[in-house]
Amino acid sequence: MSAPASLSEPVFPPLAINPELVRVILVGFIQNEVRKVGFERVVLGLSGGVDSSLVATLASQALGPKNVLGVIMPYRLSDPKSRRDALEVVKQLGIEPLEIDISPQVDAYFDRFPDADQKRRGNKMARERMTVLYDQSWAWRALVIGTSNKTELLLGYGTIYGDMASAINPIGDLYKTQVWQLADAVDVPTAIVQKAPSADLWAGQSDETELGFQYRMIDQLLYYLVERRYSVEELKRQGFDEAFITEIMRRVRENQYKRRLPVIAKLTSRTIDRDFRYPRDWGH
Amino acid sequence: MTDHGRLSVALAQIDPALGDRGRNLERHRQWVKQAAEAGASLLVFPELSLTGYFLKDLVPESAIQLESKEMRDLAALSTQLDVVLGAVIESPDHRYFNASLYFSRGELLHMHRKVYLPTYGMFDEQRYFAPGDRFRSFATPFGRAGILVCEDIWHLSSAYILSLEGVDMIICPSSSPGRGITTDERLGTAESYALVCRTYAQFLTTFFLYCNRVGFEDGANFWGGSMVIGPNGDIIAQHQDADEALVLATLDLADVRRERLANPLLRDERLELTINELRRVSHERTRKPF
Repeated sequence: MSAPASLSEPVFPPLAINPELVRVILVGFIQNEVRKVGFERVVLGLSGGVDSSLVATLASQALGPKNVLGVIMPYRLSDPKSRRDALEVVKQLGIEPLEIDISPQVDAYFDRFPDADQKRRGNKMARERMTVLYDQSWAWRALVIGTSNKTELLLGYGTIYGDMASAINPIGDLYKTQVWQLADAVDVPTAIVQKAPSADLWAGQSDETELGFQYRMIDQLLYYLVERRYSVEELKRQGFDEAFITEIMRRVRENQYKRRLPVIAKLTSRTIDRDFRYPRDWGH
Repeated sequence: MTDHGRLSVALAQIDPALGDRGRNLERHRQWVKQAAEAGASLLVFPELSLTGYFLKDLVPESAIQLESKEMRDLAALSTQLDVVLGAVIESPDHRYFNASLYFSRGELLHMHRKVYLPTYGMFDEQRYFAPGDRFRSFATPFGRAGILVCEDIWHLSSAYILSLEGVDMIICPSSSPGRGITTDERLGTAESYALVCRTYAQFLTTFFLYCNRVGFEDGANFWGGSMVIGPNGDIIAQHQDADEALVLATLDLADVRRERLANPLLRDERLELTINELRRVSHERTRKPF
């Protein structure tokens, strides 16, 4: 497994960003969407990865470091380096830290299901972390701020009601390769930006190995597919391998449910989210 | 007021509260006071400044009727200076319009109901609003004006019609959400709007007042960038940033005459030819399905 070329290789030009413009918008977004609903603080899970490090940095700039609670939630099989990287971000930003080892609550459950596979265990860990964040959000009077990027959301590479759960998400419209650019520009430690992306459900896990493709290639394909609405034929003419196109399109399609509310059986004239449509920011 | 053909205009680049008319009216009063103190004779607020933009099902309850106390409150804003503001107007037959209202000396002088309601991408206006059915200019104390609301300017014919009516200025209240991130210093939408507004001003040799809002609604950012453009296409004043601001500019209204002497585009415009050709196109379109 080679290290991802997050900084060393040239950016695919259509996904190159002006980081300062994006930074200003996202800092404004956090200030606005947090404060207008009556909060001053946010809480987030810090994994030691680039996404949560970036969001912690933006939140710290938006609200001040003392209004950001970074919760580090290792499992006993997590890579110890992840915790060290997360602590480095806490130290660099001066945000409030909290460490919760989720091993007891995860293991207590799987003692009853010792044959559970990696997927079940990984999803369970993500959801245990979610319950910690939402509990802390109440205790600390803070909104849970999400750290899923656009690539993950499109591919469904996340746990529904786990790491995908949040009140607001500043980076959900940034592709992974754009997250790298912004993270580098706001001084997220280079070692974090450059390390192999991992859900860290077990040591040595790698997003790109699991997905079967590199983020750089995935993002290029998603750009043509999602932003430009290229057809399969057009994508092939663009040089993308057909099996790659098919697999990415399948992932986007099959994970659509994760990006929506549960399907509600329609009975009345005004069903929530179908014909009962109000802005989330109603009255703010 | 105007001083030897000069007009002080102000653009209120504000962040309205979504679905809270009372709070927004109070804030309008503060901005009017501020603009008056700054010596402005005309103050322009953004599209739907009284209600916020992404109202969805809040449209009916955000609406006001022309004969109402709410309208009298709005008219009262214009005792010291002329005021353009955005509101949801409910017609007597209960259609809801995305309207821009021009008040002068305590009276409603003109109402423009947005004609082109964007219903694509992130926009859903036709679901909630009825479209306006006319582009009309009107006389103000400072010359002839026409109002186009946001998406209206993305249709060439709208500004063209106002131009042929002889307007001195086009007023464009807007709630334009920012999108399009590249390596440029500005958002794609900001670049596009600057291009369109400047092009209209230069092509139609008219002043162009573009007032966009700021703030966030459901995660969408409004990019501000409100600008005053002269009849030669030059930007006279602009607030580039996306924060609340009062953009002030002094217009020499005689610049319209000077520009039309130098570039008599309006004089040379062939209205009959245009009408004949459009009639022909329209006729030919009716004879084939596509």
